[in-house]
Formats: sequence, C-alpha cells, structure tokens
Amino acid sequence: MSTTEREDRTGLVVRSDDDRYPVDNPGVEHEPPRYTDTDERAGNGAYRFVVTCFGLVPVFAIAFVVIYFAVPKNLFIDLGASHLMAQHVLLGLTLGMAILLVGVGAVQWARLLMSDEEMTEERHSAASSAETRAAAIDIVYQGLEESQLQRRKLIGRSLLGALGILVVPAVVTLADLGPWPTRSVRAQTIERTIWGPGVRLVNDITYKPIRAADLEIGQLVNAEPENLQELHGHEVLVEKAKAAIIVVRMDPNSIKIPESRSSWHVNGILCYSKICTHVGCPISLWEQQTHHLLCPCHQSTFDLGNSGVVVFGPAGRSLPQLPISTDEEGYLIATSDFPVPVGPSYFERDSRNDYEDGDN
Amino acid sequence: MAKPAPLSEQTTVPATPAERTPGPVLRRVAGPVTWADERVGAAGLGKFFLRKIFPDHWSFLLGEIALYSFIILLITGVYLTIWFKPSMAEVEYEGSYQLLRGLAMSEAYESTLHISFDIRGGLLMRQMHHWSAMLFVASMFAHMLRVFFTGAFRKPRELNWVIGVALLALGTIEGFAGYSLPDDLLSGTGLRFVDGLIRSIPVIGTWAEFFVFGGEFPGTLIISRLYMVHILLIPGLLLALIAAHMALLVYHKHTQYPGPGRTDQNVVGYPLFPVYMAKAGGFFFIVFGVTTLMGAFMQINPLWTYGPYNPAQVTAGSQPDWYMGWVEGAIRIMPGWESHWGSTTWSWNVVVPGVGLMGLLFTLLGVYPWIEAWLTGDKREHHVLERPRTNPTRTAFGVAGITAYIMLMLGGGNDIIATQFRMSLNNISLVLRVAVFVAPVLAFLITKRICIALTRVDQERLLHGSESGIINRSPAGGYSEDHLPISQGEAFTLTSHNEYPVLESEEISPRQAKARRFFYGDNMSKPTRAELEAAAHHADGHDGDHELGDGDHHAVTGSRQPELTGGKD
Repeated sequence: MSTTEREDRTGLVVRSDDDRYPVDNPGVEHEPPRYTDTDERAGNGAYRFVVTCFGLVPVFAIAFVVIYFAVPKNLFIDLGASHLMAQHVLLGLTLGMAILLVGVGAVQWARLLMSDEEMTEERHSAASSAETRAAAIDIVYQGLEESQLQRRKLIGRSLLGALGILVVPAVVTLADLGPWPTRSVRAQTIERTIWGPGVRLVNDITYKPIRAADLEIGQLVNAEPENLQELHGHEVLVEKAKAAIIVVRMDPNSIKIPESRSSWHVNGILCYSKICTHVGCPISLWEQQTHHLLCPCHQSTFDLGNSGVVVFGPAGRSLPQLPISTDEEGYLIATSDFPVPVGPSYFERDSRNDYEDGDN
Repeated sequence: MAKPAPLSEQTTVPATPAERTPGPVLRRVAGPVTWADERVGAAGLGKFFLRKIFPDHWSFLLGEIALYSFIILLITGVYLTIWFKPSMAEVEYEGSYQLLRGLAMSEAYESTLHISFDIRGGLLMRQMHHWSAMLFVASMFAHMLRVFFTGAFRKPRELNWVIGVALLALGTIEGFAGYSLPDDLLSGTGLRFVDGLIRSIPVIGTWAEFFVFGGEFPGTLIISRLYMVHILLIPGLLLALIAAHMALLVYHKHTQYPGPGRTDQNVVGYPLFPVYMAKAGGFFFIVFGVTTLMGAFMQINPLWTYGPYNPAQVTAGSQPDWYMGWVEGAIRIMPGWESHWGSTTWSWNVVVPGVGLMGLLFTLLGVYPWIEAWLTGDKREHHVLERPRTNPTRTAFGVAGITAYIMLMLGGGNDIIATQFRMSLNNISLVLRVAVFVAPVLAFLITKRICIALTRVDQERLLHGSESGIINRSPAGGYSEDHLPISQGEAFTLTSHNEYPVLESEEISPRQAKARRFFYGDNMSKPTRAELEAAAHHADGHDGDHELGDGDHHAVTGSRQPELTGGKD
C-alpha cells in the first residue's frame, strides 16, 4: 500500500511519503471474548454486581437524610490523633458512596456486559471541499452586491466607525473604578501614614503605650500608632496596612547608626516599618543575634542593625525607619511620619531618598 | 448536523418502524420524542450523535476529569452562594466556633465560618468545592501534557489547543479569586501579594492598583468585586470556552493512538450510545463520588485556624494553592533588582517573575503549535497520535518545561524544604536561581537521548522480533537467543507514524534547514518495507534465532538517518 502524492478535498497537495506504511494495515483486531461473554455465571455475576451497586444508592441516600436530621452537629468522633465532626464525616461518607456507586455500576455495566466490539467511523478533512468554498465565496459576493456596500462605500465605513466609537463610552464608564492616584491623591494615601510628631507607639494587641525603659536588649515589639484606635470600620485596616511597625532594642555599640539618623533612636531602640518593601507582607521573624529580620512570605532579609538594608532575598529597598523619641513620661513617640513611603514599590515612587548601604 | 426535513402534508411520522415491537418504556416515550422531533428534529440529532465513535484510552480520561470537576464546581458553588456574604463590612463573630467568638471580622469570613460550622453539610460543600478546584486545574494540566506529548495539538487542532491554554489560564485566575474570598488571614495575605504585584507594573501599576481595589489596599470593595469575577465573569467565559472546546472535539472527531486498523482517515472505538453514555456518565459519578469522599475525609483550607485578616499579621509557612506555587517560587528566588530612574521606581524583582513569567508561560504554550509547525515544515493533518518517543525533540521540550516548572515550584516551598530537611534557606534559593536555567537544559538533552534510545529498541523489535527467553548453545560453545517475530498488528503500530517530509526535495532556506535538522535530524527513520522483508528473510534463514555478536546489531545502529540537505548544505 504505497501511496504517492494525492489531492485532498481542498485541492491542496498532501504529501504522504511512500514509507508511511511499510507494514500492511491488518485492520482492527477483535478483542478476545471476556469471561462475561463466554461464562454464563460470570455474566450473571456482573449483572448482580451492577444491580447491587444501583440498589445500594437509595440505601446510602436515605442514610444521608437520616444523618442530616438525627446526628447533632456537636457530636465528635475521637480517633486519637484526629477529632472528626461526626455529622460532617457521615454526611460525606453516605453522599460520596451514593454518588460513587452510580458511577461504578454504570462503568462496570459498560465494561463487562455491553458489546465490546470496536467500530470504525470514517474521518474527513477539517477543511470544506473546493465546491463548498467556491459556493460560499459566491454567496458572499452576492450578498455584498445586494447590500450595495461596494457601491455606497460610506455605509460600511460609517457603520464601522459608529460601532467602534461605542467602545469609548463603555471604557470611560470604568474610570470610576477607583480614585485616580494623581500626585495629590498619592500624597494623601499610599505616601502617608497616620504617624506624626508626638504619636505614641502602642503594643499592637493591648494598645498600651511602650515605655523605653521597659524594653530589653534583643527584644522586639509589634506596635501600632496610638491614634489607630480613633479610626473605625475599613479605615482601621487601610491604615494598619501601612502604619504597622516593629520596635527593637539593640546594643548601640554593636550596630551601625549613620550620622543622619543619630537622633532617630532612643538608646538603641529603633523603629522600622513592618511592611515588607517587596510585596507588602508584614515581616516578623526576628533573629536576635544577627539583628536580621526575615519576611515569612518571600524570605527577604533586612539588617535592622544597619538601617534596615536588604541582606538577602527579592526585596529591592531598605525597610523605612521611623524616627522616634520619648515624651516626658518616658513613653516612645514618633517625631514625624516615615520620611519615605512604606510598603511595596510603585512606578511613581521617588526612591532616591531611601537609605542605601553606606549612606550617612 | 441534522437537516430539517422537507415540509410535507403528513402531520405525524410513525415513531418506530413497524417491524419492531417497542417495550413499555419506549412506548411511553414515543409520544414526547415524536413531539420533539417535529419541533427540533430530535431524530436527526440522535442519528448524528448517538452512534458517534470515541476511541478508548485511559489518558483520554484526564480531560474528562477536568470537565466533570468544572460541573462539580458549578453545583457545589451554587450551594455556597446561598449562604456566603461577599462583604467586607465588619461584624463581631457570634457563631458556634468558640475560639473566634467576640472577634471583629468581615462578613465574608463570618459567613464562611457559618457555612463551615452551622450549616449542615456546609463544611462538606466547602471542602468539595476546594478539592474539585484543585482537581480542575490539576487535571487540565495533566490533560494538556497528554495533548502535548502525543502531538494532539497539531493541525487541525491548533485552535482547540489555544482554547485549552485559555481555559488553563482562566482556571488559575478563577481558583485564585475563589480562595481569596473567605477573607481569612491566609487569603488576605494572598491579596496583599496581588496588590504588590499589580502596583509593580511599570507606568500603569499604581492606577491599576487603585482601580482594582477601589483605592488603597485593602479598601472595602475587593471581596465583592472578586465575587462577581469568581461566580459570574470567569465561569461564564469558562463555560463558553468549554462549549467551543467540545464543539471542536465533535467536529474534528477524537484523535486515536496508533494501532491495527487505525489511520488518519478513520476513528476506531466505541459508540456514544450505549457504551460511552455509560462509561463517561459513570465516570462523572465516580469523579463526583471521589470528590465527595475527599471533602468528607481530607481536610482542606481549615480557615478557622487562621483567623480573620489582619494586615499586620502573617503566618510563617504561608503557601498559595498548588497551581500558584510556581509563580510564588519565581517571586522568591528572583534577585532584588529594582531601578530608580529619576523620580520613578521600576520593580523588576516583582514584575518580571510575577507578571512577566505568567504571561510568558501562557504565550509560549499558546503559540507552540505554530513554533513546531515552523520548525518541522509539517503542514499535514494529523489524527493518529504520536508516542512521546517518536518525537524526541518535542518530548524533550516538554520535559524541559516540566523541569523548569518543578524548579520554580521548589522555590515556592523553599521555607518548608529548609525547615523539614534542615537545609539553609539561602542556599536553596541560590541553587534554584541557577538550577531554573540549567536543569531544563540537562533535562532536554537527557530526554532526547532516552527517546532516541527507545526508538532504537522499537527498531530492534521490528527487525529482529521479540526475545523468546530461550538460550541455545551451539556445538562450538556460542550462546544465542531465539527471537520470535512480532505480530503484524504490533509491527503496524510501530511503523504507522508519520515521518517528516523529506527535505532534499523542498525549496527551503538555510535557516529552515537548520531548524529542521535541530528538530528531527537525530530521529530514527523507520525501516522501509524492503528492510523489513530482508530482516524477516534473514531470520527465517537462521531458523528464527539470532546469534549474539554476529554483527547483526549493525543493521540497527547503522540504520539510515533522514537526509537533511536543505539550502546550501
């Protein structure tokens, strides 16, 4: 059966190499008969199996309903290591078995009892025949003729223009998806936090102010601005997502404090933004001895003993440092907002003022 | 498709031919079926569809699992919408889970807890929904790999491949939107990550961020917007694309593996009615039943242990759902490159792995059929599948891609690997930065060699038959093994694949010649009819045995390679 070039229905030349079929096609082989075809008892066994599957479905379905109403939701099955909610597990078990048995029954029916004679169907090229193509083209030409589109061309062009312009109002309507982040809007939102001169640092769980004298060397406290409590509803989360900080106390002699930041700390108590400069996860894994702070999301590591520069990982910028001082009662307070925007980078961010390793 | 029957005076057509005696069921449905036929031509549709032939192979079930998982997602998803509240309004939890009572949380999280603890069967529905989402994406991936490695994407199925890639991309986004909805600490962390991802896009990033979130992160809108995306927009698109995917499947008819009687001009298998109705319909119930049992016994996303979202907290070991793991890995192992040009910040460390890589993967996948068609110059229609070994270069490409994916996936779990195996987190990341480029190249070379070796094994079987396991000792003391001829069916199966067009006869540019030499220059050519006959004759002469070391191996190793002499060469 050596075929040479033949033409398919579209008239395109199809290359079929002579060597495509070096072995003659033996035709579809017949499967050997199954046990269920030859052995009456095996056939009856399969029949019983299928009917049993289907017959068990109502049993499980009714059990499901009984469990739904009868098993209280606070009943637990204790299996030592696992503590299962009885209602949940039993509902799932009965429903799962009911559904599964429909499938198992049906598939076994098809596998064991239905005819397993394979059939052959002709296949045709996906392309239309040459005549169909020609006929379709004729129809298109005739339609164009009847529509007068070719003679009165402006109809088509103006219609295209008219439909095209309708996209504009549809898109413009989306302009109110959110506020526009213009320079002034950015300055009021992502470039500002609620920190400011005199705002006390408070513990992020108890909201108690933090006294400088209570912090020991090596200690880290997760903190928030005291004025966060004055906010309500979603504003709390929005501001928390920017204002969260960590306060650490390190031995001033074992860390580098650049001259420009000599007044930003209180006896080795330094305060940094908790929001990672990479994609904004709150960072909290603290290595006391190395002064490193590791982000659990993507493992960016910052050196808090060196103005928060990146020592490892995908972050591109130092952690912003918050200048702090103490008030008359000895509580830690901020002396201003963060000098640079906190959180992940964005296109309009002016990153020239961020601290880089070696700056003074 | 069914053609409308010509209008006639006759008002009703007899439902069954006279010589058949319908049973009680058929007698009862005869009326409705006749009614339907007179209105929608049901008989014509039935004639077209009911005996449609589908070939049988376990690997064709992978796509079915994806389809059925999608249906299960629709069913369980509708249940969840009955109780879920897509709102970020703050409420105090008063439900039955003691450990969270009195805590402030969003209504979304509160209603998810309500579904989990206070609606009977609610936790089951939630876990089934989450498991089938995992299965949906996983089975799409597996199905895509099956289609890739068997060459089922070749002409005329390129469009269906592209639809499949779109389904995979949409399925991934759909999954992400879904697991962001409960507003627990883990899903909120995921959203925070997406916020960082969006704002890293050069020039328009901040605008996109403000438009997506309705202002600053987290705002009040993102959950209800994602809800719309998750239950309306993307499912609608998925549904439309799945319909197109199925319609093209019916039009092209299913591909089939090589085998006796199978050619590019036919399809061999079982009819839709009754075999495939029972098999495929039954398989739907099996997938559904197994998903239900998974929902019952395998805990997934126990979000009551995470607590409500708090932007100042995160759990160590936070991981996205598995299909986002490779993006997560790319983000983690990327060096911290950022450019500060003037008053602008270009965040390569986020935009390249996060946005760029996803775009790259889906673009590469989408255009692959055309890349391969250009590399091979093959413009023919293909309906018989290739075994992975018969196309070593494609298979090697696929394995290289899987390898890169695995390297990134490992990156996504670098913290887990570090803590579980007591390894240095930093070293894992540094090694992966190199491995993500080197490992795929090695995988490519090794896979290609393995495939070529396997085609040689096939040649050996074709030319020398199969080993009988019977060792003979000759009077001179030499050992040899009897070889039995393989069946004609197997020989046909091993030789019925297409070979690429012979190059010398074509007008191709040197660049094309180079591309083709790269793609199939190392392929083994299958033996010609004459070679097969000579081998059979040779075997007969030796009474079916084949002495070891008598030089016959040269017949295999020295088999002809395709001649690649396009262009100047």
